[in-house]
Amino acid sequence: MGLNIIVLVKQVPDTQNITQEAMKPDGTVNRDALPAIFNPEDLHALEEAIKIKETLGGMVTVITMGPPKAVEVLKESMYRGSDDVILLSDKKFAGADTLATSYALKCAVQTVGEFDLVLCGGQAIDGDTGQVGPQLSEKLNINQLTSICDIREVTESEIIGFRATEQGYEKVKSGFPALLTVSSEANEPRSPSAKKVMAYKNIQCSEQQAYDESYLDNKCARDAMIVKQWNIDSIGADPEKCGLSGSWTQVKKIENVVLAASEAKQIENSDEGISSLIKELTQEHIIG
Amino acid sequence: MMQSSHNVMVFIEHHDNRVAEISKELLSRASDLARDLGGEVEAVVLTGEEMEEIQDLGRYGCSRVYCVQDKRLANYTSVPYSKALGKVVRNYTPHVLLFGATTMGRDLAPRIASELNCGLTADCTELEIGNHKIKGKIYENILLQRRPAFGGNIIATIVSPESKPSMATVREGVMKKQELDEKLQVKVVNLESDLTDQDVLSEVLEIQKVEKKVDLKSAKIIVAAGMGAVDEKSLNMVRELAHVLGGEVGASRPVVDGGYLDKDHQVGQTGTTVRPVLYIACGISGQVQHRAGMGEAHRIIAINSDPNAPIFDCAHYGIVGDVNQVLPKMIQAYKEN
Repeated sequence: MGLNIIVLVKQVPDTQNITQEAMKPDGTVNRDALPAIFNPEDLHALEEAIKIKETLGGMVTVITMGPPKAVEVLKESMYRGSDDVILLSDKKFAGADTLATSYALKCAVQTVGEFDLVLCGGQAIDGDTGQVGPQLSEKLNINQLTSICDIREVTESEIIGFRATEQGYEKVKSGFPALLTVSSEANEPRSPSAKKVMAYKNIQCSEQQAYDESYLDNKCARDAMIVKQWNIDSIGADPEKCGLSGSWTQVKKIENVVLAASEAKQIENSDEGISSLIKELTQEHIIG
Repeated sequence: MMQSSHNVMVFIEHHDNRVAEISKELLSRASDLARDLGGEVEAVVLTGEEMEEIQDLGRYGCSRVYCVQDKRLANYTSVPYSKALGKVVRNYTPHVLLFGATTMGRDLAPRIASELNCGLTADCTELEIGNHKIKGKIYENILLQRRPAFGGNIIATIVSPESKPSMATVREGVMKKQELDEKLQVKVVNLESDLTDQDVLSEVLEIQKVEKKVDLKSAKIIVAAGMGAVDEKSLNMVRELAHVLGGEVGASRPVVDGGYLDKDHQVGQTGTTVRPVLYIACGISGQVQHRAGMGEAHRIIAINSDPNAPIFDCAHYGIVGDVNQVLPKMIQAYKEN
């Protein structure tokens, strides 16, 4: 009994809190200087999964696709109560756009096996597209509920939640399997459990195990304190549909947003200074 | 890859039987793109009931509307909408397919892109037709899509020359709505629905309308609070200045995250993109993601006690000082003026 839940998470550069140290002299952002963090909305998706497991029982499996250092977000997931974690990593995934990413994730989800729910964050703060969830859902040929801001009821057979829309809220119901994208309004993610941090802080990923079928067994992976690492062969993906070759979109040009100084007119912080500013704006019909 | 037309297709979003503003904005931009491509603008309306307003879409430059009416399309749900739209797109093979970057568009467009196996660019702020050269190969008249990425720190131009259609979602309020001629006629093509009850996988149980308390998008004047203005006295003064100037109250992301003001007030990359006549930034440091949402304001006044705050770099007028001291002077000066 209980639900089989798969949570998709991503390690992202912290684009939201750009410090002065991460700025280059030319006014552009030094991306390498940004700390790598757990994509914020994905933490809310994980929290929702753990909450459902606590109520109904079941199993929470977390998958991340990324370089080996992305194992950090998997550790963070273990600290918060996930049962199993999988690192999907292969050089052949490099350069994937959202379509190629959703294809690889589809193969990974199918390799995990039976599931009732796939949960993910609404969007990642580096790419900001929010496309992978719905694309994955289409590839798995299952229903999707996006922009979920509140999960009201989950039973063994259906889920009821609220979607936040431009007009307000929509109360929706879906059976399983389904994919949900969760927003930050949905919950308050828990802190890592100290006990679990002690238990899992040393887990690591290993290149070899992808070829060793025994690691596909959950218990085995946990006992060995090693994170399952899957590559393109472990999930039976077609290399043509992965990475750059599976991506239709190309970046033609990148322009850095330069925080170049413009000439702001300095206004004296005095009654006279501010009064003349107001007069100027009034004369120009900016205010009236 | 399918053989495509030169047409630009727009997915029409509607609520309460009224065409959404974003769809009119898209049609307006689509007519420029179609002119450059030598094609026409087509619209797709999926609806549960008759919609009279589709007759008016001609005035935005739309030549044809494909309409699918089915009671299963009365409320937006992902699977029936993507099935119905996917069929129209496969049959009429547009060159470009546009959606609003709304909750609905962001739900539907990726599903369609996955089904049709084609490229999709999210949250575009600019679209144009141009050429793209790569590895000695030239692709002519393709859609060039510009979008902010990496938290607003870069602007990327994205192309998908080898898959058709080129798909994009566009943020609300970025493209300008323009009525060409209200006498322009549109041809309505009614299409058979082949949806079945098996396609209905979600049930909309209830729709709760929430009137937006703030309307940042159409505000002429915005007085926005940053972390330097979250004490009660400053916030009240921000509200008062907004009130006397007839403007709205905006906020930076940390102010909203910190619970000082509602999400409706948030300006910036993850909030609302605004273009007011006057933007008064009160105690806002001016991180790039905030500036991505307000840098286009006609006039910007920055008030900050830190003379090195980046907000001054994009401001037209800078006042170095405490919000608590500056705002009363502004209110006073305005009242006396």
